[in-house]
Amino acid sequence: MTASPALSVEGLCVEFRTRGGIVRALDNVSFSVGKGETIALVGESGSGKSVTAYAVMGILDPAGRVTAGRAMLGDLDLLAASPSKLAEVRGRDIAMIFQNPRTALNPIRPVGRQIADVLIRHGGVPRSKAQAEAVEMLRAVGITDPARRAKAYPFEMSGGMCQRVMIGIALAAKPTLLIADEPTTGLDVTTQAVIMDLVSDLASELGMATIFITHDLALAGQRSSRIVVMHAGHVVENAPTKELFEHPRHPYTAELIAANPDSAATLDELASIPGSLPDLRRADLPPCRYSERCPRKLDLCSQPLSHSAPDAGHIVACWNPIS
Amino acid sequence: MTVLLDVAEFSKHFPVGAMPGAFGRLRRRFAGGPEKIPKVYAVDDVSFVINEGETVGLVGESGCGKSTLVRALTRLIDATDGSVKLGPRELSLTPSREFASDPDRARIQMVFQDAGDSVNPRFTGFEAIADPLRRLRKLSGKALTARVEAVATQCGLPLQLLSRFPHQLSGGQRARVGIARAIAVEPDLLVLDEPTAALDVSVQVVILQLLQRLKKEFGMSYLFVSHDLSVVRLLCDRVLVMYLGKIVESGPAVEVFEHPLHPYTQALVAAVPRFGENDRERLRLSGEPRSPIDPDPNVCRFYGRCPRGTDVCKITMPPLRRFGDRAVACHFAEEFLPQS
Repeated sequence: MTASPALSVEGLCVEFRTRGGIVRALDNVSFSVGKGETIALVGESGSGKSVTAYAVMGILDPAGRVTAGRAMLGDLDLLAASPSKLAEVRGRDIAMIFQNPRTALNPIRPVGRQIADVLIRHGGVPRSKAQAEAVEMLRAVGITDPARRAKAYPFEMSGGMCQRVMIGIALAAKPTLLIADEPTTGLDVTTQAVIMDLVSDLASELGMATIFITHDLALAGQRSSRIVVMHAGHVVENAPTKELFEHPRHPYTAELIAANPDSAATLDELASIPGSLPDLRRADLPPCRYSERCPRKLDLCSQPLSHSAPDAGHIVACWNPIS
Repeated sequence: MTVLLDVAEFSKHFPVGAMPGAFGRLRRRFAGGPEKIPKVYAVDDVSFVINEGETVGLVGESGCGKSTLVRALTRLIDATDGSVKLGPRELSLTPSREFASDPDRARIQMVFQDAGDSVNPRFTGFEAIADPLRRLRKLSGKALTARVEAVATQCGLPLQLLSRFPHQLSGGQRARVGIARAIAVEPDLLVLDEPTAALDVSVQVVILQLLQRLKKEFGMSYLFVSHDLSVVRLLCDRVLVMYLGKIVESGPAVEVFEHPLHPYTQALVAAVPRFGENDRERLRLSGEPRSPIDPDPNVCRFYGRCPRGTDVCKITMPPLRRFGDRAVACHFAEEFLPQS
């Protein structure tokens, strides 16, 4: 990791007010991503991966509220920044690729115009040149016949092409940080491989830091240098990718790896994770939110969560980590 | 092994922009007859068999015709051409509308992708499972309740959840409702359309193991549609690979995934992310698939994206050729055959 990270999230807590009570969606989430580094946020649905991204981008649902923490982009705390400052930073310094490109793109605007909008707003490109540069951007993300495609609407393109357009929009202003929220879920594996190649090639070309959110541990392993494993709004483990797969320290990480269909020769060898995520509205949530599912639970686990670093750069939130 | 389902020369074409009523008639006349209207060749001349007690996987990317094939096989839509035989009975002669009340309806059942979308949201779990039993088995009263509870228990669904509506159930519980309602009428063939695609890995494992246990207990055959090759490898005996309406490769699942013969299968296998592997140097497909609208019958459907393609592929459609228990539709299959 470099001395000054591109983004560092410290002690982020997010709550949602719902009719059923307060959902403590994120609790003390900390991680950082270095300049030009790619990290992955991994976890099951409901683990808080996307909420983390939305909180950093300042696009949380109105029911959500950041109760504590900082998200430092250089010297700027994104969580304390004014809306106008955020609007300036979003798109120029941080960009996001959303899960479903078809719903995230503007359905009634040609895709070329949508890229041109970003170039004019954040890229400092004069209006007269924006359309031509948008076509170049479409070419850069590997769309054939970009001049004609620039006039197309999202519904005229396939899912893979829409995702390329999203990437084009996100990268138009050459941001320093890219957040990709499940960019390939819903795409075919063959398209997934091509899109992921495109993101990593462009990221290394622009020296961009990337936060890659996914539920697919194998895909995360292939594409990132560091993996942050989340469970029920906690970061349970944060380690270099190779280290995480070879020596998972947190029992949840170990179970996630064992549950992946790729890790076994027959179905019977696959391990399932007993139990389910705890209800985050409960007032009596245990300090370790995994403890009720955990096979390695000790009496000690009712104590406040301990973060230990068994190796350099390997952080695990567990009282009884696997050694 | 006895053959349960025999599908031969099966096709399903959709006319592009078909309209009912007078407008449709006018359009057909101006086009010069119904045969002149362009058609999407969703499934084109497909033949395969499913044996009793066998699990067959069907893989391919979106738009390749998997779902159309499955919907036509389960008699939800009518085929354009070809035959589907369930045991000795020819099913394609019965229109899909009438098949809904056919005694053989119970023999082919389907599990859909997400029971949250496929089950009537105003049906409780109990009603969802009871519905096919009422219609096809004519059960009612105590017998119905007993059967629903028995099936729910077999599928690992706690009985107190039966009174809940789909939106009150978790993804895994909904998947169990979907499976329970399909197996309630004791089908011979269960068609599963991506039953675990919407689930987390930890839940997926449990559902896959449940499916394997049920198969052993009831001796059903499965047709398992998925785009997740690692799941297909674990669950299926045999696999069919589809590309743009055609079966391009078939064979035992383990062999197909370890030594894929068709360039498309090779690209598909190479694209699956695996633990601890960096795949930057692997095979990549470029470009978009060819248009499925009135494709040239003499051009290989994969031509243009295929890394191996030559001029031969442009003038001759490769037939599906057998190599032992495998079959491949590629002119160059021999090049990839394992040397033995």
